[in-house]
Amino acid sequence: MSHLKKRRVAPGRPPPFLVVLACLGLVVFVVPLAGLLARVPWSQMPRILASDVVGDALRLSLVASLSATAIALVLGVPLAWVLARVEFPGRSVVRGLITLPLVLPPVVGGAALLFALGRRGLVGEPLGELTGLLLPFSTWGVVVATTFVAMPFLVITVEGALRNMDRRFEGAAETLGASRWTVMRRVTLPMIAPSLIAGLVLTWARAFGEFGATVTFAGNLQGRTQTLPLAVFVALESERDTAVAISLVMVVISLAVLIALRDRWWRAL
Amino acid sequence: MVEGTLSSGGLSVDLSVRRSDDFELTLQVEIPTGATVALLGPNGAGKSSAVAAIAGLLPIDRGRVELNGTVLDDPAAGVCLPAEERNIGVVFQDYLLFPHMTVLDNVAFGLRSRRLSRDHAQARASEWLARLGLDGLERRRPGDLSGGQAQRVALARALVTEPDLLLLDEPLAALDVTTRSEMRHTLAGHLAAFTGPRLLITHDPTEAFLLADVVHVIENGSVTQHGTADEIRLRPRTSYAADLAGSNLIGGTATAGLVDTGTQTVQIADVEVAGRVLLTIHPTAIAVHNAQPEGSPRNSWPTTVESVERLGPRVRLMTGPPLRLAVELTQSARDEMKLEPGTSVWVSVKATEIGVQADHQGQAG
Repeated sequence: MSHLKKRRVAPGRPPPFLVVLACLGLVVFVVPLAGLLARVPWSQMPRILASDVVGDALRLSLVASLSATAIALVLGVPLAWVLARVEFPGRSVVRGLITLPLVLPPVVGGAALLFALGRRGLVGEPLGELTGLLLPFSTWGVVVATTFVAMPFLVITVEGALRNMDRRFEGAAETLGASRWTVMRRVTLPMIAPSLIAGLVLTWARAFGEFGATVTFAGNLQGRTQTLPLAVFVALESERDTAVAISLVMVVISLAVLIALRDRWWRAL
Repeated sequence: MVEGTLSSGGLSVDLSVRRSDDFELTLQVEIPTGATVALLGPNGAGKSSAVAAIAGLLPIDRGRVELNGTVLDDPAAGVCLPAEERNIGVVFQDYLLFPHMTVLDNVAFGLRSRRLSRDHAQARASEWLARLGLDGLERRRPGDLSGGQAQRVALARALVTEPDLLLLDEPLAALDVTTRSEMRHTLAGHLAAFTGPRLLITHDPTEAFLLADVVHVIENGSVTQHGTADEIRLRPRTSYAADLAGSNLIGGTATAGLVDTGTQTVQIADVEVAGRVLLTIHPTAIAVHNAQPEGSPRNSWPTTVESVERLGPRVRLMTGPPLRLAVELTQSARDEMKLEPGTSVWVSVKATEIGVQADHQGQAG
């Protein structure tokens, strides 16, 4: 008993070894950021950011990441709802398929997209013949690649929320005369709103930073498929200052979004 | 008075729902317009399944549910009206007020679902809130309400659509003891004001006896006994019903530790309580003697045995004036004392064995 007493920590004071480990954990995040900040060519920033390469990449990144988030919202919420509420054979297989992009190297995902939707692909060839649409090396290809990689975040977050939700509230709404659509719109979605928004933010963040699948499937064409991460990768070879400047832009945008939404919406995560 | 065919509307239930391989709920209940029926039973007896089935949230396997002449459920004929088309007001266990809406929007929800304009719906909802003494709380969230307020909001939400039937699933269970007896009276008033049939689900015998005209005792998925409160209290048909519902319930006026029941003065342990009270005395807490007990409990009086009934291994007596009490004892004790209808006896009960609760508005009956 006495040795237990000795180890006891004053109330409210965390154990020292935990604090040390926590600081080390923080270092993992802070050091790379500090390294980046140390190399920022502050005086060159306006010129670099005004360049066409950066402007094109920024525009494309915003378009692609927001499109992917919108598609994830429209398709991912129903998918999550079906997974959470409908029992069907092979549900766990479907659930596994959806989580696959989370663990798969993005370059493998990009290659798979190429084999499926490429000019000679399983779906890509008939699609091209019917509509003339060619996804690879187009902006639509970027959207498809980022959606593939990012949508699982939304589906998983929303499915979890739907499964944890107390469904008796939906029953209560039904007895009050609400149609299924009204129940969904006025009860289900508002009740899972914190998770839905957290899922959207995660999806957007993942889409905004997407690199591997995009470069494999959509290529690296300035103004058409070159997003910010791709521009950074290219610039690292030749113009370090540009690479650092674009990286800083990405850090600032991502951080701003995450911090702005964190306190209001992230408690669900 | 309440049994019989429903020529003038009301609820008629004859259903069977299988919840799992070894649990099936079968229920036959008729509730005329203006009457309150209670389903009284322990957790797991199938009471909440009954609510869900009648409300249309749980499909029934067999039988027929009819409300005011409209068939709601008849699986044999392929009829199963969806919940949103049934027009049944439900006060759910834990109330299930929508946490993301204001009190006003909660109450207006049913009207909005019926396509009433927002303004119109909110005006009607406000009226109902005022009627239930909740004005001023319109903008609150359910999380900021007291238990008693939440219960009344749930009641307002269920009543605002003018339903054909009111279902109350454990409406008082979420409240603390003091609020409960207060809300029981408020509820009794609102039940009386609702003109349709009412079905009350509860595990609390006091609640069932005070609020309902007819009580159905439900055990393991089926009704084991039904009748008026007195019939069940005085003649429980199963040992379970005796334990659950067989307590003696006596009204009286308390002053300084003494309760005047009108025919007898009873001593209670609580000397603080004053005014109208309800006393509960469990039948096993009452002792029977052949002669006046010596020096022991002050609550003792002579009486006669009115009836003797076997109830499993136990025997249940009814004693006569001055206080009609149900008493339970073992078969051997009965044999020893040779207790038969007409036998003169003394009964006694310790003050500490008498449950006392405030009865807020002088209970009638």
